[in-house]
Amino acid sequence: MTAGEKGLVVEGLCKRYGDHTAVDGVSFVLPPGGSLAIVGESGSGKTTTVRMLVGLERADGGTVRLDGHDRSARPRGREERLARARAVQMVFQDPYLSLDPRITVRGCLDEVLRLHTALDAAGRAARVADLLDRVGLGAREADALPRGLSGGQRQRVAIARALAVEPRVLVLDEAVAALDVSIQAQILDLLREIRREAGIGYLFVTHDLAVVRHVADDVLVLRSGTVVESGPVDRVLGSPEHPYTRLLLSSVPRRGWDPAEVTGRG
Amino acid sequence: MTTTLTTVPLRRPGLRRLRLLGQGPLFAVSVAVLVLLVLVAACAPLLAPYDPEALDLGASLVGTSGDHLLGTDQSGRDILSRLLHGARTGLLGPLLVVGVSTLLGTLLGVVAAWRGGWADAVLSRAMDLVFSIPGLMLAILLVAVTGPGMTAPVVAMAVAYTPYVGRLVRGIARQEKARPYIEAYVVQGWSGWTVCVRHLLPNIVPTVFAQSAMNFGYALMDLAALSFLGFGVQPPTADWGAMINEGQGAVLQGAMLPALAPSVCIVLAVVAFGIVGEGLADRIARREK
Repeated sequence: MTAGEKGLVVEGLCKRYGDHTAVDGVSFVLPPGGSLAIVGESGSGKTTTVRMLVGLERADGGTVRLDGHDRSARPRGREERLARARAVQMVFQDPYLSLDPRITVRGCLDEVLRLHTALDAAGRAARVADLLDRVGLGAREADALPRGLSGGQRQRVAIARALAVEPRVLVLDEAVAALDVSIQAQILDLLREIRREAGIGYLFVTHDLAVVRHVADDVLVLRSGTVVESGPVDRVLGSPEHPYTRLLLSSVPRRGWDPAEVTGRG
Repeated sequence: MTTTLTTVPLRRPGLRRLRLLGQGPLFAVSVAVLVLLVLVAACAPLLAPYDPEALDLGASLVGTSGDHLLGTDQSGRDILSRLLHGARTGLLGPLLVVGVSTLLGTLLGVVAAWRGGWADAVLSRAMDLVFSIPGLMLAILLVAVTGPGMTAPVVAMAVAYTPYVGRLVRGIARQEKARPYIEAYVVQGWSGWTVCVRHLLPNIVPTVFAQSAMNFGYALMDLAALSFLGFGVQPPTADWGAMINEGQGAVLQGAMLPALAPSVCIVLAVVAFGIVGEGLADRIARREK
């Protein structure tokens, strides 16, 4: 434990699959309540990076610390496992696959509270209602199974589920990529509001630079598992220093956009 | 050159309805056959007009009549009564085989899928090994050691069927494990054991159940074959496979029923289990879409 250190500190994170190095020495700091976006094309290692942070993958090297607590090694025992879960939660890309098809929205939130809090049934019911209210869902959705909900509603449930443990960091892995554009905006607004109220740190994984501008303070550009550029969003997206960042920016379709320029075959 | 665009509707509603109609009644009839079979097995002593093992050498190979609806066999035993009682051994054996192999196969499959790595490698190779031994051969070997009777064939078949279930479960459990909802439970801090038992298993049970229904039919056929060969249920106990064996001689004397009646029962039961299993699997596949 490093005394006095605050926020999520990642140093020299590595992950190899056989000969392929998916993540190669990634380092960054997410201050408490901050919002960092990790961008890069498919296969740049951004998802692998955050999967190591939440413990879904084991890192081959490097360290991850949250408020000074190391979380790189496998958790020892139930207490440590629960403590880590309370520190970092995750919202997955596909809301159609990230909810248990057999369990109602209420049941889904209730079991998280049962695992992480000492609340009684009435207390949990109140918290469930509170959580649903916070993500803009009502009693009708509470008793529905996931298949009775739209994509946007499901993603709201997934966010409520992650918020139920009151994490300090929320990892959002392409959390709006599978949604319609109008629903995307709603969810992003909701996330901004939650961050303002709860002071949770956000770690966005996205390939969508519009999303980055909308929700992030800082941005980290990954390419082939290494960080090519990082800094405040305005600076990096406004005046990119690395050619790869410029390429990413010019790949965004806009008025007068010519795909041939991007692919270099113009 | 002109290209003509022909639109091919991916799914014609009319055809789909036809297909469902074609499947619907057959599925329903098969379920009815299986329900009837279970009822008959449960109530055999009440339904059977005669003692299935009572010899009456004076009434050997009597044809169908009011006294004996399906006639008698060479020893003068009532065939209908033997069929009804035969349903009991006929269902009990496969029930044990399917019960044990499903439990064992599910356990091995889920552990292999969840742990991955060396545990998966060891379990998968072990299942391949058992898979490569023909079940009937294993049964005959075991009978040679322990003597004929129900136990050895049932044990051998349970072992032989386990890798079938294990491979299936490993496959669907791996698929399920990779789904984000399972990963979400892990991120929430549940133990691997809890995630498997409370969330992964219930979501794969329907598929396993459908496979078990099909296995039931196959096990019934295998055990009947072993009884027919004289390795399984021993005379004078009523058993369909053994009845076919005993009825062989009667066929030469022109009496078809002693061998034909149990054959028809086996075919009906196996086909019904197959259709129900396939139908359940189809339903699950449709629901997942």
